[in-house]
Amino acid sequence: MTMREKIEEAAARYPDQRSAIMPALLIAQREHGHLPGPLLEEVADILGVERIWVYELATFYTLFHTEPVGMFHLQLCDNVSCMLCRSEDLLRHLEEVLGIKNGGTTPDGLFTLSTVECLGACEMAPVMQVGDDYHGDLDITRIDALLDRLRAAAEQVTGPDLTAAALAGE
Amino acid sequence: MFEPVLLRNVDVPNGHLLSTYEAGGGYQALTKALREHTPDEIIDLVKKSNLRGRGGAGFPTGAKWSFVPKRAGKPKYLCCNADEGEPGTFKDRIIMERDPHQLIEGMAISAYAIGAETAYVYIRGEYTLAICRLERAIAEAHAKGYLGTRILGSNFSFVVHIHCGAGAYICGEETAMLDSLEGKRAQPRLKPPFPAVEGLYASPTVINNVETLACVPHIVERGPDWFRGIGPDKSPGPKLYCLSGQVRKPGLYELPMGIPLRELVEDCAGGPLPGRKLKAVIPGGVSAPLIPERGLDVRMDFDSLAAAGSMLGSAGVIVIDDSTCVVKVATRIIEFFHHESCGKCTPCREGLNWVVKVLRRVEAGQGAPGDLEQLEALCKGIFGNTFCALGDGAAMGLRAALAHFEHEFVAHIEERRCPFH
Repeated sequence: MTMREKIEEAAARYPDQRSAIMPALLIAQREHGHLPGPLLEEVADILGVERIWVYELATFYTLFHTEPVGMFHLQLCDNVSCMLCRSEDLLRHLEEVLGIKNGGTTPDGLFTLSTVECLGACEMAPVMQVGDDYHGDLDITRIDALLDRLRAAAEQVTGPDLTAAALAGE
Repeated sequence: MFEPVLLRNVDVPNGHLLSTYEAGGGYQALTKALREHTPDEIIDLVKKSNLRGRGGAGFPTGAKWSFVPKRAGKPKYLCCNADEGEPGTFKDRIIMERDPHQLIEGMAISAYAIGAETAYVYIRGEYTLAICRLERAIAEAHAKGYLGTRILGSNFSFVVHIHCGAGAYICGEETAMLDSLEGKRAQPRLKPPFPAVEGLYASPTVINNVETLACVPHIVERGPDWFRGIGPDKSPGPKLYCLSGQVRKPGLYELPMGIPLRELVEDCAGGPLPGRKLKAVIPGGVSAPLIPERGLDVRMDFDSLAAAGSMLGSAGVIVIDDSTCVVKVATRIIEFFHHESCGKCTPCREGLNWVVKVLRRVEAGQGAPGDLEQLEALCKGIFGNTFCALGDGAAMGLRAALAHFEHEFVAHIEERRCPFH
């Protein structure tokens, strides 16, 4: 299906097209990796809604990225439960091995590192989301092994999202 | 011996599949509801059960349903609040990942009771596995006739749609969630009108939490007396407790409502880590004021925790041990609320910004005499003056930290450093 077809299919679930903006943005971002201005305008045009309505959602919700992010977005939870399980040490380690600060992207475009609010997986704190996947009970050894796996995966596949394929296989 | 019901399928292999759910007696409650009960009788059963909302507020579910006008002249909606953003909470995710049909059956019965033909599950966008599993479960339920037109030969038709959130804690507030579903920035609405009368698309709407809806099939199947027989009469039922933080066995536990907090932390979750002592516990997600170790004999139900100056909230139990600085925890909690403030009202938007600045400097050893009075003045300016409960939760949490651990705040200011670093 094209992006337009996916968006139109999602929009059929609502009596009001404005409700479909959020699902449409999620679809557009999954296809393109992030949401540049022209893409927001395309979404507005597909749904036939005001452009400002699309802009205001794209800039309000934290899962929407109006700027490019790396192939792997490392989203490390640093809310209370993870903080109590020393997520700060993991952040320092990631900053060191990737050579970037929290919020930054590696020059090769492979990794973006962000701390995020609670991911709702505190039973496996400290936890980090990468693409669609949660990685829990992390320590420095596991983080290093995960980075190795991601680097290896990047050589096999290109595109903003690898894990959708894994989930689809379920 | 308490027998888990909400979690009975979560550790069963392929518990998320319809065949597993049916093999365990799944969808018999829906069949019974449609064949043996009128919608009003279902509302009565739920009223008699004393089921109270598991999302945090503890509002009586049957009463909420009964506020929906019988003849509205408009479509009615059921919304499932699966936004689960309260830090320390992960119960709804586990239900949706491992037993999604339990939620779907609960939604179908609830929709029948209130006369809704459409439901939206507002589920946080990060929960990809839960979204996949729920999508698949909805398709399976449709194929088997548990959803769709004229369900199980009755006159009741009902469809469920998933609406993915995109990262905003405020969407857990029910009216902000409705605005978000309508394609707006998520900001709470002024009440009244209440959603039961004028909710989604200005139509009568009931919003219930995942765990609340998951209780409904069991109430229909086993009866309200069974439900009321578990835990305190005014706040009964099986309850999911999310244990996390500095504890040996973090995880999701199903136990009766009203279990002592100490039993939950020390017996179920194995107590503090080796060589550590319990210092404090946050009993219901970070909106719930922390309880110092000496207060842990409190019972985990809505009324007992309210009487103890805290709240059950989402039952996200976060354990803090003696190696941890309370000022740091309080700072992190307020940073969270500040980040998630929707910006609609001034006391929350500006007040929390100010509180964060003061807390950060205290934690960094740069606090000034008078900072604690400043914090209390800010709490006073926020509490009770905000549009929704977000600001109240922040102020209550900070006040509890100040009340129980004032000595730690004072030590930071006097020693001009964090004593824990």
